[in-house]
Amino acid sequence: MGLQRPAIEATISNVLSAVVIAGAGGFLVAIALLPRIAELINTQLEANLSETMAGVAAVALGVGATVFLITQLPIFLIWFERKVAAHIQDRLGPMRVGWHGVLQSFADGLKLLFKEDIIVGGADRFLFKLAPFIVVMGAFAGFAVLPWGDGLVVSDLDIGLLYVIAITSFGAIGILMAGWASNNKYALLGGMRSAAQMVSYEIPTAIIILALVSQVGSLNLQDVITAQSDGIWGENRWFLTRMFPLNLIAFVIFFICGLAETNRNPFDIPEAESELVAGFHTEYSGMRFALFFLAEYAAMFLVAGLAVVMFFGGWVGPFFDGPLMFFFKTLVLVFVQMWLRWTLPRLRVDQLLAVCWKYLIPIAFVVLVGTAFVGVAWS
Amino acid sequence: MKEYFGDLWAVIATVTKGMIVTFSHLFTRNITQQYTSDELPDERWKSAGEIVPKGLLSDRSRMRLHVKIEDCIGCKQCEKACPVDCIDITNEKREKTEAPIFAADGTAIKLKVVQFDIDMSLCCYCSLCVYPCPTDCIVMTPEYEFAETDKTEFLYRFAKEKPTPPVPPAPPQEEKPQPVAAGGS
Repeated sequence: MGLQRPAIEATISNVLSAVVIAGAGGFLVAIALLPRIAELINTQLEANLSETMAGVAAVALGVGATVFLITQLPIFLIWFERKVAAHIQDRLGPMRVGWHGVLQSFADGLKLLFKEDIIVGGADRFLFKLAPFIVVMGAFAGFAVLPWGDGLVVSDLDIGLLYVIAITSFGAIGILMAGWASNNKYALLGGMRSAAQMVSYEIPTAIIILALVSQVGSLNLQDVITAQSDGIWGENRWFLTRMFPLNLIAFVIFFICGLAETNRNPFDIPEAESELVAGFHTEYSGMRFALFFLAEYAAMFLVAGLAVVMFFGGWVGPFFDGPLMFFFKTLVLVFVQMWLRWTLPRLRVDQLLAVCWKYLIPIAFVVLVGTAFVGVAWS
Repeated sequence: MKEYFGDLWAVIATVTKGMIVTFSHLFTRNITQQYTSDELPDERWKSAGEIVPKGLLSDRSRMRLHVKIEDCIGCKQCEKACPVDCIDITNEKREKTEAPIFAADGTAIKLKVVQFDIDMSLCCYCSLCVYPCPTDCIVMTPEYEFAETDKTEFLYRFAKEKPTPPVPPAPPQEEKPQPVAAGGS
């Protein structure tokens, strides 16, 4: 006896796994060749369209590519996180659906698509429906200024860093809205915790960004990378090792704040399952729940990408330059986020706020003042 | 002030230590393994021997019951031992005229077991029926995959002998028909 799977099922699973792995490979190749592709498309557009229309089309294509990336990335990240979690706990993780479970996220997504879309009685229907979109919007809009390569950015804003701080705060509104509209005490508690957390952790983030901007002299993310154009060594090296240890501390604080703002462990009290069932998305099901999930993983990638741009030279890499390097470095930081999640226990609410107000903010101020002093002394 | 920086140092030290521990576990051998895998994960499982399928179970694992009905002498000790009464045995006397048969250990089988039913949906896998059996004919096998779609499928019928049809009430002149023993099919 035993659990014998039909041969046709195994064949389908193998073929689909091969397709998915090949797709991931193709994805990496596309990212590696992104500068060439963009150049090709740009010349084609400029040859065939008027100047205004070419600009509009280029932005539209950029937006499409970015949205495609952010919607596909969580499929990989969720599988990756489950594998990392499993192996840290000496388990195997998803193994059944496809080769080493590579199709697991697709199966889960398909399941969520077919789930009934339940809106609980007594819920504020309009806000309940609106909330997931606001959360997703907050996470996705930040990608607009994330530079992937030399000139490869959807919107080359001069106030890029300020824009990112501002737009990611939308997530807090969405989460608070979801908690309020659910008509559920756990959801409301989760939403309120999230608001307190996000508002608190914006402050050290902003101070750290201020310290960095005082070294760069610009809020434009491309300028931040240009200031680190020498790679690991040299005069204009990565900010991580400059003004040792001020920028190193700055990176650590920024990373911790990033964890808190994306509601990741050990700061995931808005959705602390042992206390609040599932926090703000307790009442959500089906695709709306999937949107929250999507937003969380997109926000993880955004925060890691920002940290890479600010402290690890963005697409200026240790081995080669380009979008692929940026992608890899960001994935390494995302891995560190997952690694931390399966290492540290969850903080209590008062501990969470104490970490921010008693430790991160004073240290961030010291870093800011120290950066200013060192900068003045050097010049 | 001293406490403040002491706390900071404690956080850095403990988080670093914890992260090293979890990172090392990323590359250690997994304790769990795939459900239907043939791989032996650990030395301690290897003592199980060849009766264990897939080499995964301990040698004292208690799974589905099996009855070697050829060895059963119909003593009903297992039926009495069963705490949940999931065993149901009916015996008939063997005719003196039949050739004597013996169990594997030489015990003469004097009864004909016409019903030996075990309801595995009731069984609590306590193994109490296994110990009293004089001929070791009821055993716990390591077979653990026996899910069914219907609850009645869990009633395992081990008896091979057919019960004697009830004797029709006194047919006057005719000779009583000899019950035909259905041999092991």
